[in-house]
Amino acid sequence: MNMSWTLVIWLSIGAYAFKMLGFVVVGSRTLPDVLSRCLMLIPAALLGAMVLNGTFTDAQSIVIDERAVGLLVAVVAAWRKLPLIVVVVLAAATTALLRMA
Amino acid sequence: MKFRIEPDVRPVVTSALALSGAVGVFALAFGVLAVGAGASVWQTCALSFFAFTGASQMSAMSIISTGGTVSAALGSGLLLAARNGVYGLALSPYFGESLGKRLLAAHFVIDETTAMMTAQTNPRLQKIAFWTTAIALFSLWNLGTLVGAVLGGSIDPHTYGLDVGFTAAYITMLVPHLRTKNGRIAAAGGGLLSVALAPFLPVGLPILASGLAIFVGVKPQRAQVSA
Repeated sequence: MNMSWTLVIWLSIGAYAFKMLGFVVVGSRTLPDVLSRCLMLIPAALLGAMVLNGTFTDAQSIVIDERAVGLLVAVVAAWRKLPLIVVVVLAAATTALLRMA
Repeated sequence: MKFRIEPDVRPVVTSALALSGAVGVFALAFGVLAVGAGASVWQTCALSFFAFTGASQMSAMSIISTGGTVSAALGSGLLLAARNGVYGLALSPYFGESLGKRLLAAHFVIDETTAMMTAQTNPRLQKIAFWTTAIALFSLWNLGTLVGAVLGGSIDPHTYGLDVGFTAAYITMLVPHLRTKNGRIAAAGGGLLSVALAPFLPVGLPILASGLAIFVGVKPQRAQVSA
């Protein structure tokens, strides 16, 4: 694994820098509309990527395996508005059971 | 000392606490998943305390768990953190001139505090909403992370399907962003891009590349809802 304190420290500094940038540095000046519209779409794009990339790729290959079934279960559970912890447990348990089989 | 909560403050405090409770459960999942991805308990807790921005923390750890580099994890985490800058712009007018207070408040500028503060109608309630949400949520986010990280150490991530646990958590975070058409296009576009580019880029970079999907926002849209 590549986990390191470097990641912890830089992510912490970077996250605070962004929070401060809008709050302290830019103050009450406003961003161009088009820029804030695009910035606000970042979570949608990246979360979509993490869902599909995390399910259908393994290193550099595109694959369909037990994770796809787990994803399907998670989508249905989230769509039925089940609590977060239930969605996570159902999806993980489904995948775990399929991996055992 | 007598402590009394005024009637108009009560619903604000109640929803701040309910929201923080839900986020605490999410932190529990983050703790388990981060430790499963190879972080130590201390590293996991330090992320929640100092970075304190859920989606960024999750995405960074997710990229690490699939074998991505620190740079790719950092890139994705920072991209997701960029929206807090926009929140800061939105909240800035509500705060006074004191620099010290602003520097402290900045740490708590996230999805939930922004939503709670901007939902109030007068300056007094806005201030109460921001600070009660900030304090309750920060406490429960860190407590949940610690408990999750300690529990997570005894679990083998692959056997228990924790990788899909990450994915499931993302889906619940994605739901509010799918309310707008641009949100749906960005999510689908980013998702497809990240899979299509996987064979051609090192692990982690397709996630960053999916950020290109935000340019769908260049074209204005009626009734933009931010979540």
